[in-house]
Amino acid sequence: MKSKFFFPLACALAGLALSMWGLAGWASPADTPLSVKGTVKFVGAAPKPSRIDMSQDPLCAKLHSTPATTEDVVVGGDGGLANVVIYVSDGLTSHDFQPPTQPAVLEQKGCQYNPHVLALQANQKLNVVNGDDTTHNIHPTPNNNREWNMTQPHGMPLEQTFAREEIAIPVKCNIHPWMKGYIAVFKHPYFAVTDKSGSFELKDLPPGAYTITAWQEKLGSQTQKITVSAGEAKTLDFAFKQ
Amino acid sequence: MRRKTTLTGSAALMLFLFCGYSWAQESHVGNLSGNEKRGRALYERYCIFCHGQYGDGRGESAPYLDPKPRDFTKAVFKCRSTPSGSLPLDSDLYDTISRGVHDSGMPSWKPLLRQERVDLIAYIKTFSSAFQEEKPGAPVEIPPEPPSSAESIQRGAQVFEKMNCWSCHGKDGRGHGPSASTLTDSKGYPITPFDFTSGSRFKCGETDRDMFRDLITGLDGTPMPSFASAMTTDQKWDVVHYLRSLSIHGTHKQLAPISQ
Repeated sequence: MKSKFFFPLACALAGLALSMWGLAGWASPADTPLSVKGTVKFVGAAPKPSRIDMSQDPLCAKLHSTPATTEDVVVGGDGGLANVVIYVSDGLTSHDFQPPTQPAVLEQKGCQYNPHVLALQANQKLNVVNGDDTTHNIHPTPNNNREWNMTQPHGMPLEQTFAREEIAIPVKCNIHPWMKGYIAVFKHPYFAVTDKSGSFELKDLPPGAYTITAWQEKLGSQTQKITVSAGEAKTLDFAFKQ
Repeated sequence: MRRKTTLTGSAALMLFLFCGYSWAQESHVGNLSGNEKRGRALYERYCIFCHGQYGDGRGESAPYLDPKPRDFTKAVFKCRSTPSGSLPLDSDLYDTISRGVHDSGMPSWKPLLRQERVDLIAYIKTFSSAFQEEKPGAPVEIPPEPPSSAESIQRGAQVFEKMNCWSCHGKDGRGHGPSASTLTDSKGYPITPFDFTSGSRFKCGETDRDMFRDLITGLDGTPMPSFASAMTTDQKWDVVHYLRSLSIHGTHKQLAPISQ
């Protein structure tokens, strides 16, 4: 008895999906969001991070009980590589994406950037937060966006945006020369940054054939091609070595 | 046309005049408007050797210059009256061309006619699409300066400390702070922080008002950041007074601004 109603309903839904396909060029049925999950591993012995000497600003030095270390290659316990930006670099058929209303947050904490690598969408608000007792200046040096350079004492609100895609903009603090970070700006929402276990998830990807790029600030870029079809869960792994 | 007021006044007046000028077509101050074609001829005669055929700062003489000539294709300029990250006004470019940039290869181009300098700006703006895509920022406001005093200088010293100005400019303002040796401009070339004891000319103008403006706008393309909302107006004036007090010229003597 159930199937009696199910069939016309399914037909109607399929028709709706098809017409959306026709209208937008692509369509992902709203009830089957696809995600591509995976991990990024570091192959070989993890490089030893260098110590950072923060003694020039005692307000920074006192925030660390053990010496802070560089973050250009951060490898987790099981060989997972952190701070890798994973994104769709080719294959999207739609190019019209609204920035999310939720701002991205970049915090200056212990005179280091948290997160060390931040990804956000073009024109998405970026909140820069200084929770340190000292004064920082935040200075992105982009190639494809406007360069700005703002001083930020403790607690001062600061909101900025980047208008154009750029992977990735180096960010520095001229006051504290060891402070380095990156901001990756995308025109679409299909990007992720790996955590300490090296895992990532690209959410809500419409079915299609894509080129996925993994970018690491020091180890460079890698690409892989994948095809995702409706209702299919995909995994994708990358491996970097020095 | 000659205008003589006080030293500070005249520069302020110039700023005012040429701010007005940049909208000359719509405003009623001045009647100069630049011609890109004439500007190009002038550029190829006077500017091309350093700034290069494509305006990328890679002219024949560029390898021998420090700091490097400005790369106009980036549309990033040190001396602006607009906030950090925004394009300069035409009048800002005019002021830089007229003033020259102290301690660099860029001389004062006052020998050129005012019309010629304005023509040059029209051409310089063709090197970057930014000038077609974006509008310059709103010029920053410079309120009247309170008089300098021992108290103001002392407060300025405290702000200088708190804002970490000393990390680059040094505790004594000589430009030898702990971060000084690490500094580069946005092209990656080493750059030295200003030595406030030298009494030397500033890159973006001589007056207290110029210094105040530099604190708000920052010097884009260099490590000098904007302090627009990091300091209050009073604090900015206090810092200006403090920095003046470090100069060998003493607190109140200022170099005569290069008239434009």
